[in-house]
Amino acid sequence: MSFVDDKVVITGIGQSDVGRKLGRGGVDLALDAALEAIAHAGLDPADIDGVASYPGPVVAEGGFVGATTHDVRDALGLRTTWALSGVETPGQAGTLMDAASAIATGRATHVLCFRSVFESTAQAQGRAAALTGKQMRAGGHAEFRMPFGAASPANWIALYAMRYMHEFGLTREQLGQIPLNGRRNAARNPKAIYRDPMTMDDYLSARLISYPFRLYDCDVPCDGATAIILSRRDAAAESGRAPIAIEAAGSGLYERHTWDQRVDLTTMAAHDSAHHMWEQTSLTPADVDFAELYDGFSYLCLQWIEALGFCKHGEAGPFLEETARYALDGELPINTHGGQLSAGRLHGYGFLHEACLQLWGEAGERQIPKDVEIAAVGIGGGPEAGCLLLRRDG
Amino acid sequence: MTRPAFRMLPEVTADSAAFWTGGADGELRIHRCHACSRWFHPPAPACFRCRSRDVAPEAVSGRATLASYTLNHHPWFGEAFPVPYVVGLVELAEEPDTRLTTQIVDCDPADVRIGMDVEVDFEHHDDVWVPVFRPTSTGGQAS
Repeated sequence: MSFVDDKVVITGIGQSDVGRKLGRGGVDLALDAALEAIAHAGLDPADIDGVASYPGPVVAEGGFVGATTHDVRDALGLRTTWALSGVETPGQAGTLMDAASAIATGRATHVLCFRSVFESTAQAQGRAAALTGKQMRAGGHAEFRMPFGAASPANWIALYAMRYMHEFGLTREQLGQIPLNGRRNAARNPKAIYRDPMTMDDYLSARLISYPFRLYDCDVPCDGATAIILSRRDAAAESGRAPIAIEAAGSGLYERHTWDQRVDLTTMAAHDSAHHMWEQTSLTPADVDFAELYDGFSYLCLQWIEALGFCKHGEAGPFLEETARYALDGELPINTHGGQLSAGRLHGYGFLHEACLQLWGEAGERQIPKDVEIAAVGIGGGPEAGCLLLRRDG
Repeated sequence: MTRPAFRMLPEVTADSAAFWTGGADGELRIHRCHACSRWFHPPAPACFRCRSRDVAPEAVSGRATLASYTLNHHPWFGEAFPVPYVVGLVELAEEPDTRLTTQIVDCDPADVRIGMDVEVDFEHHDDVWVPVFRPTSTGGQAS
């Protein structure tokens, strides 16, 4: 039995321009993505009766919240019967899974799901909060890391990566194959931020951020928005495109929501989420034609490779050495658009967009040179994770 | 490594007050469950393992083992927090499943190793005592 009884399908996708310092607002970008996706699904904005987004109106540094569901409903004059945003959800695609549930239970028919960011423009405008503001105090989970200088996910995730290297002997060169693979694929993606070839020497000599992470282990902030349309299967419009079904959706979170208390430091919530996903389907990792795996940091992609079962726990290092295996023309292409490391931090939704583009054969110069029917998409890092198994129907 | 001139201080809560002020008495105070006797962090009003509400902060020895670390090079806080510095993840001697993210101080970053023994040291800033960790001093060595 598929996710939500197979009642819901992906019918359209859209994406704004993606770039550095585009000088445009996050709502503006979100509307570009939304209108493109609605038209792609063969729908009219008047057909949209649900809206979902991540993260919603949270307090965050500049450009992280490009647009809220209210912004997009207002701007497009949408008449909706269901809307949701949130951060307390399994990864950036969490509310998209909820949108599918909402459709399956009759609360909406066509839901616009989106993520918009303008972090590059916001940084250029100096809107990122200065961390040295003397009056500022660290609350929430930051309470237990900011006072120690552990200011960034780069630090928190580096702690996991170092432990993994210690236990399994992962090398810098093996880890570096993730950004190198992304960069090779990004050369064929006209929207990618970094498209110039990168060598292992370039990677290893880049500026240190938080060991073992250097600059190209960390994704690149950008401006851009992505939208996905979910429709009730029997209401999907004639778009000339086979619907994409959600074969399974992993939203399992089995441990505490912390960045440092997970019992096994060499796994992450991705493992819970992947476990939950595979429980729902008779398909196995061997059935997956390609994978789009969150790489906000290189090490997160490694975690997804293991979590989703593409190699055994602890064996990602040797797996990564076999670069031909996961190249665009390999048996399991990974991050075919460049990932966030090269294509820009579209914050999760970029992977979903790319998976659909490939499944529909609309990826242009970077189209995988074989028929692809099943895609695995893993989104999130640390205690945040959600994953989807997508299946093109016909 | 020099200690930073600036630390972003925590928003102390009812749950975390003991953790942030125990240093005034030279004590590292960690939440402990009186039902199952196990420790946990960050502090919360229930034991996540056995769900008992009978929990309270209690002093631990301050000894720990370094489970992981990263040498941070990016100046997130500008010049006020000089780089490089070592962010560490330490496991308490009393309860290795209970970890603190902290800073490893008073040693050459080149000497930091996973598995090394460390001990707590407190830095007093305003109303909080920040528990940082340094390599454990051996008995015969002058501190």
